Amino acid sequence: MNIHEYQGKAILREYGVNVPNGHVAFTVDEAVEAAKKLNSPVTVVKAQIHAGGRGKAGGVKIAQNLEEVRTYAEEILGKTLITPQTGPEGKEVKRLLIEEGCDIDKEYYVGLVLDTSTSRVVMMASEEGGMEIEEVAATNPEKIFKEVIDPLVGLTGFQARRLAFQLNIPKELIGKFTKLMMGLYQAFVDKDCSIAEINPLVTTKDGEVLALDAKLNFDDNALYRQKDVEALRDLDEEDPKEIEASAHGLSYIALDGDIGCMVNGAGLAMATMDIIKHYGGDPANFLDVGGGATTEKVTEAFKIILSDPNVKGIFVNIFGGIMKCDVIAEGIVAATKQVGLDLPLVVRLEGTNVDLGKQILAESGLNIVPAESMEDGAKKIVSLVK
Amino acid sequence: MLVNKDTKVIVQGITGATATFHTKEMLAYGTKIVGGVTPGRGGSKVEGVPVFNTVEEAVAETGATVSVIYVPAPFAADAIMEAVDAELELVICITEHIPVLDMVKVKRYMEGKKTRLIGPNCPGVITPEECKIGIMPGYIHKKGHIGVVSRSGTLTYEAVHQLSQRGFGQSSAIGIGGDPVNGTNFIDVLKVFNEDPNTYAVIMIGEIGGTAEEEAARWVKEHMTKPVVGFIGGVTAPPGKRMGHAGAIISGGQGTAEEKIRVMNECGIKVAETPAVIGETMIQVLEEHNLVEKCKTH
Repeated sequence: MNIHEYQGKAILREYGVNVPNGHVAFTVDEAVEAAKKLNSPVTVVKAQIHAGGRGKAGGVKIAQNLEEVRTYAEEILGKTLITPQTGPEGKEVKRLLIEEGCDIDKEYYVGLVLDTSTSRVVMMASEEGGMEIEEVAATNPEKIFKEVIDPLVGLTGFQARRLAFQLNIPKELIGKFTKLMMGLYQAFVDKDCSIAEINPLVTTKDGEVLALDAKLNFDDNALYRQKDVEALRDLDEEDPKEIEASAHGLSYIALDGDIGCMVNGAGLAMATMDIIKHYGGDPANFLDVGGGATTEKVTEAFKIILSDPNVKGIFVNIFGGIMKCDVIAEGIVAATKQVGLDLPLVVRLEGTNVDLGKQILAESGLNIVPAESMEDGAKKIVSLVK
Repeated sequence: MLVNKDTKVIVQGITGATATFHTKEMLAYGTKIVGGVTPGRGGSKVEGVPVFNTVEEAVAETGATVSVIYVPAPFAADAIMEAVDAELELVICITEHIPVLDMVKVKRYMEGKKTRLIGPNCPGVITPEECKIGIMPGYIHKKGHIGVVSRSGTLTYEAVHQLSQRGFGQSSAIGIGGDPVNGTNFIDVLKVFNEDPNTYAVIMIGEIGGTAEEEAARWVKEHMTKPVVGFIGGVTAPPGKRMGHAGAIISGGQGTAEEKIRVMNECGIKVAETPAVIGETMIQVLEEHNLVEKCKTH
């Protein structure tokens, strides 16, 4: 799960991470009020969307007075920002962060991620702040320093100091820098983050170490014990079909193709998208109905697939293990009757009770195209939508 | 092989509905389920199997060496550590949705201990016609000589089914799970298959996310004495999106299917072009190595 920058900064502030003073604003008037309260010589107006690259897309402006705050707030609120991370359709700005400006001396990068090859959390830091870390990793990998953290003791002082020296942090700021690192790590583990990135982290001309940005992502599997984090979820930032799917325990991801897919199992669901592409088609979605699919789940899955106006046909690919094919077939028939499907539907069933399942589909009187294998099904649906 | 017809197994969380259902299935397959554990339910029975309050007690009473875990996600990490503390040889965790930082702690806790962990978020382990531990449909498997290792459940079934239908049985099928932090990785399982005299060739099924497939491919090039066929799911997966499995995500340009396939090819692993031809690709490779007759189940 993702949250906004202003929410991330509020969490980090609780952990002693130094962040600029700021307030969230949902309207232009609130933005001006917030700037008045800050009473700062320079005010930053920042678009709050769940995507990076906002600055280059015109979503971050520096205001010298309240009039400028008003002008920029009017300009950015309601604007659709298109950044490399939003996709071509962009994202509409509905919230602003109004923040006091600061006098930057130098920019750095600090991030925490899970390293799967060591099964540990790793702190990464670089002097190349403000740039995408992937870019630094590709061009100057020697400029990224890493500390692997033992989960039983946490980030140690010497590790944080070692990074500070490697980054050439001015001597007099090393104490403040390490305090920030320790706070960031504590927030990461306490809140079950999957990513915590500060880019840029800055040193200022008046001798402060400040987190100018904050990107926190959270482990969905841990949200049951992070109610305060879950409360920060902004549904405006998510695909409505994905929200609907997760409410029914379905794993759905929207893509840009025209062949809707319904599959059991994440690996098979991915492989089904791949085989459609292999035969010249384009998948409209990833959808895993899970191991315990019921008629209700199958019906919901059909509804979600059909709510995508790009879908021109559906491919159902089921390998029934514990999940029996006749149950799935009944679900497909009931769902098709309920939603009134008039698009081509190809169904491939394999596994437990497959003959019974095929018989149910054949006797349903519905226009369902049976497939003998995954390959056969992929070929059939691709030719039917063309 | 990791499990066989003599392996004694306990089921952690046996009184839950899913665990009870699969206990019945495993018993029907012939697996020696000798006990179950649910704290507070000691003294009762499930499917005729005695239930204990602690793993320690279950092991002392039954002599089990393997545990399979169906405990709900919030308590699963603790269940794994309890099994490790009881010095079981093998722990297979089926549970999905365990918080990843819980697994980071579990892995640290396991350092220096004797237990091997498979999973979490996996279908389990089967040695066909001997022992089935997990949730896979037993009847699609056939006894034989192909080892199968995979990060995905249903894709494993797909591959196994393709093999069985063509008359090629399996020595074992091992699901290592779809989570970013797991107990046993591809290399660990490849080592087992490499040393097993009954395994003549191996299928390795990976997916996007992480670098485990690349590391395994390099290990294969250095050490593997048996032919390996691969498949990678997620060529069409968009970056930055978690594709169902917690570990299946392309982030920061890392973990793409293209890169994995490239490294696997480079290391001598023949990668099936589509999931529909995993079995066919294996047979081609067996032909090249003159192994068809040895591997065909009569």
